[in-house]
Amino acid sequence: MTGSNTIERIPTGISGFEHVTLGGLPAGRSTLVSGTTGSGKTLFAVEFLSRGIMRFNESGVFVTFEETSTDIRRNAASLGFPVQLWEDEGKWAFVEASASIGEDTPAVGAYDFGALVARIEHAVRQTGARRVALDSLNAIFTQFTDSGIVRHELFRIASALNALGVTSVLTAERPEEYDGVTRYGVEPFVLDNVIILRNVLRQGRRTRTVEIVKFRGAQHRTGEWLFTIDPRDGIVVVPLAFLTPSDHASLARVSSGIPELDEMCGGGFYRDAIVLITGPTGAGKTMASLRFAAAAVEAGERCLLCTFDGTPGQLFRSAASWGLDLKAMQAAGLLRVMCGYAEVMSPEDHFLQLRNAIEEFAPGRLVIDTLSALERVAAPRTLLDFIIALTAVLRQREITTLLTGTPAGRFNSANAPLITSDVAALADVWIQLRYVTGPVEIQRAIAVLQARGSAHDHSIRQFRIDRTGMHIGEPLTSAPHGFTEAISPGGAWESPESEVTEGPSG
Amino acid sequence: MTTYSFRLYVAGNSERSHAAEVNLRFLCDAHLSGMYEVEVVDTVARPELAEEGRILATPTVVRLTPPPQRRVIGDLSDHGRAAIALGLPAADASPMEGQ
Repeated sequence: MTGSNTIERIPTGISGFEHVTLGGLPAGRSTLVSGTTGSGKTLFAVEFLSRGIMRFNESGVFVTFEETSTDIRRNAASLGFPVQLWEDEGKWAFVEASASIGEDTPAVGAYDFGALVARIEHAVRQTGARRVALDSLNAIFTQFTDSGIVRHELFRIASALNALGVTSVLTAERPEEYDGVTRYGVEPFVLDNVIILRNVLRQGRRTRTVEIVKFRGAQHRTGEWLFTIDPRDGIVVVPLAFLTPSDHASLARVSSGIPELDEMCGGGFYRDAIVLITGPTGAGKTMASLRFAAAAVEAGERCLLCTFDGTPGQLFRSAASWGLDLKAMQAAGLLRVMCGYAEVMSPEDHFLQLRNAIEEFAPGRLVIDTLSALERVAAPRTLLDFIIALTAVLRQREITTLLTGTPAGRFNSANAPLITSDVAALADVWIQLRYVTGPVEIQRAIAVLQARGSAHDHSIRQFRIDRTGMHIGEPLTSAPHGFTEAISPGGAWESPESEVTEGPSG
Repeated sequence: MTTYSFRLYVAGNSERSHAAEVNLRFLCDAHLSGMYEVEVVDTVARPELAEEGRILATPTVVRLTPPPQRRVIGDLSDHGRAAIALGLPAADASPMEGQ
């Protein structure tokens, strides 16, 4: 038995996958990748070889038992993998082992897969391959009825691959999720390394996950990890919670766009801060977001403004009513607006779209208004993962970020309120907006509940919104209703008065 | 008279390879009165031919002529079934089972 750290790894090149496997697949060994129909097994196999060629200049051999090489070439091309070109260059070879349609080969007496092994060995030698994919083993069980022979021969193929020193991925189909590893019990012969891909419905949404079931003698992360299939990047394991601790914190400050708020926060936000503004509908979150975006533009910084709830038209109109010309900011190339409803895609895809926009536009600031819209499409745990993954991207790039949220999801308030303390714990600054009942009217109030690394104002201040912006006034003198309950128990968002909060819109 | 031609794919010089060739020749002698050709391909030595013929299992017998092409895998130890699978005409005398 080999020690836990001595097994060499071969990075797959599949986005995020090395994080889950802690370095890649065990080198020189076979790994079984099992999943139901449509779970992404073939894509995994194709990417394993393609990334090997593109990123590591390692040739590959694809043994196909199911689809024809023509199909695989075509599907790979749609993801930007020029398999045909690689074949011409001698970097990729197919061993076509799919059954011809309508061909039924009778078996009389004993046989083995000697020819197949010889073909694989030949292809590996021809291309100098370091990677081999076999997809999928189930098809071979339907071609050859004696499953005892097939199991034995697959063991032989795996041994031959190990003897060649190549790292291989063998895919196999599982009849259903969460039940055994594969059909036909193919697992025993490669049980050293097993990965399961899942494609399940959770809360009415398709969710793809990858789980390392075992890597013999090698460490890996446990549990299921979300992944998505991106038309541009292929399989992307969303690198949730792989936060690399930032080794330095920015001391530079940026303006929130509201001078009084800057003051309350001890002189603006730190450049690398994640700011969370919570408050009921109409309390002024969008206003604060737009001021924040405008402050970026005034400072000559680019800002990415993201809203999951509404159309650009509505947003531009609101901004105009507060004297902010988003069109001019866009024209200056300093503002990019991403609008769309949360429902159009999964949280993983939202994450990727955001990440791509961040990479492409390289903004200094990001606004997401509001996170609560994503509650409609994501389970609380998934949404938290989304935010964690996003903050990892943002902190790395020192993007000042403003996130807004409603105290409790308007659509599923019966459930636990949005990740509450979890998001607040991730944020550096937490600002709460509320309605408070004055003697004769409903007033708006703002408080900075948390501002890491800053001496901040602990008072609750009144504020009003007019055509020229948000104006923060004096601290409230008498204890207002609304704030007290909200703050005291460690910052619960929901309070008994929350029904009152559906006040006039800002 | 139709000439039968066969290609027999084997893997190396194994006992199974040998058995398949002996059984095939025995069947041909019995059913075809010697009017046949057998080409033996060792897939270990000539993997590109196995690739071309898309052969997975060894031994595999391919009846090239007369058409239609037929394929049978295995060492052909069951002569009765092998003869039927290869579409051989009825033999003059019942052949003995086994090699």
